[in-house]
Amino acid sequence: MRKAFAGSVLLGLLVLALAWLGLMNGSTAVPATSVWAAFFPNTTPDALIAVVREVRLPQVITAILAGSGLAVGGLLMQAVFRNPLAGPGVLGITGGASLGVALVVLARPIWVFINLSPSLLATVAGLFGALAVLVLIVLADRRLGDAATLLIVGLMVGYLCSAFTSLLQAASEARAVKGFVLWGFGSFAGTTLADLPWLFFPVLVATVVALTLGKALNALMLGEQEASALGVATARVRLLAIAVTGVLAGTITAWCGPIAFLGLAVPHVARALFRTADHRVLLPMVVLLGAALALACDLLVRAFPPLSGVPLNVVTSLLGVPVVLWVLLQGRKWGSSR
Amino acid sequence: MGKLAMNNPTLLGTTDLAIGYGTIRLAEQLAIQLHAGSLTALLGPNGIGKSTLLLTLAGLQKPLNGHVLTSGQNVHTMAAKERARKIALVTTRRTDAALLTVEALVGLGRHPWTGPWGRFSAADQEAVERAMDQADIKHLRDRSVEHCSDGERQKVVIARALAQETPLLLLDEPTAFLDLPNRAAIVRLLRDKAATDVRAVLFSTHDLQLALDLCDRLLLMRGKEGVWQGTPQEALRSGELQRTFAGAGVRFDAEGTHRFLR
Repeated sequence: MRKAFAGSVLLGLLVLALAWLGLMNGSTAVPATSVWAAFFPNTTPDALIAVVREVRLPQVITAILAGSGLAVGGLLMQAVFRNPLAGPGVLGITGGASLGVALVVLARPIWVFINLSPSLLATVAGLFGALAVLVLIVLADRRLGDAATLLIVGLMVGYLCSAFTSLLQAASEARAVKGFVLWGFGSFAGTTLADLPWLFFPVLVATVVALTLGKALNALMLGEQEASALGVATARVRLLAIAVTGVLAGTITAWCGPIAFLGLAVPHVARALFRTADHRVLLPMVVLLGAALALACDLLVRAFPPLSGVPLNVVTSLLGVPVVLWVLLQGRKWGSSR
Repeated sequence: MGKLAMNNPTLLGTTDLAIGYGTIRLAEQLAIQLHAGSLTALLGPNGIGKSTLLLTLAGLQKPLNGHVLTSGQNVHTMAAKERARKIALVTTRRTDAALLTVEALVGLGRHPWTGPWGRFSAADQEAVERAMDQADIKHLRDRSVEHCSDGERQKVVIARALAQETPLLLLDEPTAFLDLPNRAAIVRLLRDKAATDVRAVLFSTHDLQLALDLCDRLLLMRGKEGVWQGTPQEALRSGELQRTFAGAGVRFDAEGTHRFLR
């Protein structure tokens, strides 16, 4: 526990440091003094301060929210399905959001009567897509009452969504398809300060609910029946975990695009760093670690010249794949040495 | 021993219980009583419904008819947490969660006794230490469960159930896949826990010799014909054991040794 506390302080400092670097660096470097000044409302705004306030601050906050939200979703799904390869997208909710966005981006002429900017319209459609799949999954869960089957239903819904998305792409003109592909690359740059509450509050509420599930998730490691025998209301816990993950994955995907690998990789890194299976420790840790990793990936694509212009998803995958492999190989070693 | 245990209070009782899934009725008209201080072996051929019976008695599987009562309460309607303070269940499932240590797994047995954050009191920690001590796994406490042998794992899950400190303990084949010394050690541990803590312990097994030699009572499952309960001696003398495994080509002699017919 003491180690976990020290770790959380260090991770918290790391998040702050990466956020600060994210505010300073980008296509134009902003000196630390200007970043500092941007936080005080009475400073006379110049161009640099405007960049920090209007462009970089929303982007940094979005990265923090998306990274921690996806990591929490990944941890919940891995615990509920007792599957180390589960991620926040495993229930098909990310696929639902993608289909929603595709419907708007690819079939734009149909939607001209709605008086919203194209990007906001896409986000709203993504939210509706995610919500539709979430409702479907919750209904399926109440009918099936069994995690293993639900996992398969989620995967199938995901495939179905991506099939319809492909159909829309095939029937669309090249320019619209390119717009959709760009969205699929993922980005933390698509939010303004005014948009942030729409990302912040769902992620906050979902994360707070998730933090209360630690004790029950620990018992679930033994299996559903075993957890029930220990007094866990397994159906309620699974429903809460699904709803929380659905809100997180849906909201984040709608605003940032389908961010690959963060949600899957971060829980593994947290387990490896703290060498614990205790979800009461892991939950707060993945919040911090997810934020740190998302900030680092964002910083790499924005301010590391060799990677400038590289899609965010390429970087999260390039970082995520070796991390997961390394963790799994390391895990073998610890066991036998202790 | 058996007679003595019969005079102890009933910790779990059923009336006209029918078990199964949906339209599949595995057994019916089950009248079962488990007394404090007794170790009971649940015997019967494969597929007769031993696991289903254990799940039903534990309150996790709805009965098709009748109910299961523990100290006057229906196990299928009482609050889950309250039930978990009365009945502990050990299933055949393997736990392979990465980085889960033996001590942490045994500690999960305290789940129904801790608050919403699962914080341990001194009493909780003591219960975990005692359970590990009784199951003789203290030396394994920091080892990851993934890296325990089958025999060690079985002791770990039993320790988890002991840490739950319930008057009733139900176990599904706790001696499967174990060698002779481990099988005997585990049944002796269960017998000891039943006698000294005045708990009622029921476990399913295919190990007839172990059941006859070490258990206070036998619970024989015979599908539609219901169950038979009594001491091992009675089971042999009355021919009930022979009847339970009728058609298996096995013969029991008076000492309970069984021979396979050629």
